[in-house]
Amino acid sequence: MDTFLQFFISGILNGGIYALIGIGLVLIFKASGIFNFAVGQLLLVGAFATWAFLKWLELPVWLSVLLAMVVAALVGLIIERLVTRPLIGQPVLSAVMALLALSVMLKGVFAFIFGPATVSYPADVLPGTPVSLSGASFSGELTWGFLIAVIVFGIVTLLFYRSRIGLAMRGTAEDHQLAQATGINVKHIFAITWMAAVLVAAIGGIIIGSKVGIGIHFTPLLGVKVIPVVLFGGLESIKGCFVAGLIVGILESIVGGYVDPNLMVITPYAILLLVLLFRPYGLFGQKRIERI
Amino acid sequence: MLELKNIEVMYQNVIYVLKGVSLSVDEGEIVALLGANGAGKTTTLKAISGLLKTEQGDVTRGRIEFMGKKIDHMSPEGIVKMGIVQVMEGQRLFKHLSVDENLRLGAYVRGNRGEVAKDLDMVFNYFPKLKELRNRTSGYLSGGERQMLVVGRALMAHPKFMLLDEPSLGLAPFLVKEIFEILKRINADEGTSILLVEQNAFAALSLAQRGYVMEDGKIVLDGLAQELRENEDIKEFYFGLSSIGQRKSYKGVKHYRRRKRWLA
Ligand SMILES: Nc1ncnc2c1ncn2[C@@H]1O[C@H](COP(=O)(O)OP(=O)(O)OP(=O)(O)O)[C@@H](O)[C@H]1O
Ligand SMILES: [Mg+2]
Repeated sequence: MDTFLQFFISGILNGGIYALIGIGLVLIFKASGIFNFAVGQLLLVGAFATWAFLKWLELPVWLSVLLAMVVAALVGLIIERLVTRPLIGQPVLSAVMALLALSVMLKGVFAFIFGPATVSYPADVLPGTPVSLSGASFSGELTWGFLIAVIVFGIVTLLFYRSRIGLAMRGTAEDHQLAQATGINVKHIFAITWMAAVLVAAIGGIIIGSKVGIGIHFTPLLGVKVIPVVLFGGLESIKGCFVAGLIVGILESIVGGYVDPNLMVITPYAILLLVLLFRPYGLFGQKRIERI
Repeated sequence: MLELKNIEVMYQNVIYVLKGVSLSVDEGEIVALLGANGAGKTTTLKAISGLLKTEQGDVTRGRIEFMGKKIDHMSPEGIVKMGIVQVMEGQRLFKHLSVDENLRLGAYVRGNRGEVAKDLDMVFNYFPKLKELRNRTSGYLSGGERQMLVVGRALMAHPKFMLLDEPSLGLAPFLVKEIFEILKRINADEGTSILLVEQNAFAALSLAQRGYVMEDGKIVLDGLAQELRENEDIKEFYFGLSSIGQRKSYKGVKHYRRRKRWLA
């Protein structure tokens, strides 16, 4: 029973982080119909920026993280301005290609600056003391990371559904032309959405980085794992993203723990395939309102 | 207040749609813009509201002035900020948002949160039905309710000038009457000027003080609403009445003759 609890809760903890990274993908897809394939590299933006501030400038942890957030927001703005804005009105595929290109480019830049070796933070970004619960013990970084992920997820969701700017984002998600006719500056909304997306990816990257270190090869794999999560939840659904994040996290942990660690990697994809067979729009995909 | 000076509009740099349109609307006026399908009425409204740019359209000649300022190269959201709101054809809604959220988005451009509650009351005063429907998902409203909602949403922006594109489309006659009564009240109480595009020429000319008739990208006729209502060509074309007041089928109408006279 204890081992089960161990696997189950570890799964939830990981799942919360998947959900956090996933919400960035969902927001961008909702706003512009673009699937952010660059997510893997965007995890590295926050992770490496924090590392650079800590290691090279020897700044305190809180300041390094704060500055990394600023960097992430700027990267979000730059992506909107240089990669996706010129492609407004073009087929979505062009934007996706542009993002893939960006991804490759970022990878090259990171390899050049930080090298191929795995690095870890010189100071504790998250408390490392293990947390124990009824006989099971969990990594401190993961537990704190999960809490942060859930809180940030909650804040983003709240802003999206309860704030004025969130309302404008939801309006834009539905109909760009109508949004403009209503006086919404759609370009600003896209910029804000990209900033939010890169910010949550950066937070995810820092959490993972503090747990297992940062590497140009393995950190982006986490982003690849989040892709089935959001597809599974239903690309446009924030609720779906959260539920799917937890489910994938739990199943992955249980399969990896009981069956075979090698199966862990393919579990999300296997679940995804199964779900898409029965629910092509994912768990909570948006129903189209068609009224004649 | 609003003036179009001989504007030409092209889509995608090749499709030549407006071929020199001039019209003006004074402060507090209601003006009707009539014409057959494809004449360029919607294009004229989009040229004013700036939405043309979202469809790869451009004002290639002439100028559009609003309160003395040239607006033809402004962004749609900039034009909304100046006080011009277009209510698009076909009751366009944010379908997945509630009635309340649609209305709130209408007020987005003003940025002033404090007054939203007051503005909602103002809209519910004109359209009491919307208050009952407040929390409904707007995509499931009936045609009449949607029309009320799109006009209500425009009102939330406190427009100085409303561009209405076929507000009677798909509505039962009594509803058309109701909506037009409300437009009249809005015009009188809020002082909002209105440029009204309509297929329903009779209703439009009863509401408007003046009217323009478009054909093939040009204005072919204009005058006081009263005069237009009595104009033989308009009667024939829109009301299907011949000069002695009998119903007449479109089949017998000699298009080329009417056309020639309008163009002259
Ligand atoms: N986005 C566009 N791109 C290319 N051509 C367009 C576009 N919008 C309209 N047109 C063309 O411009 C002409 C005028 O269209 P417009 O929609 O202005 O007519 P309308 O008078 O509003 O007609 P209706 O009464 O049917 O609404 C039509 O021939 C139409 O095909
Ligand atoms: Mg039209």
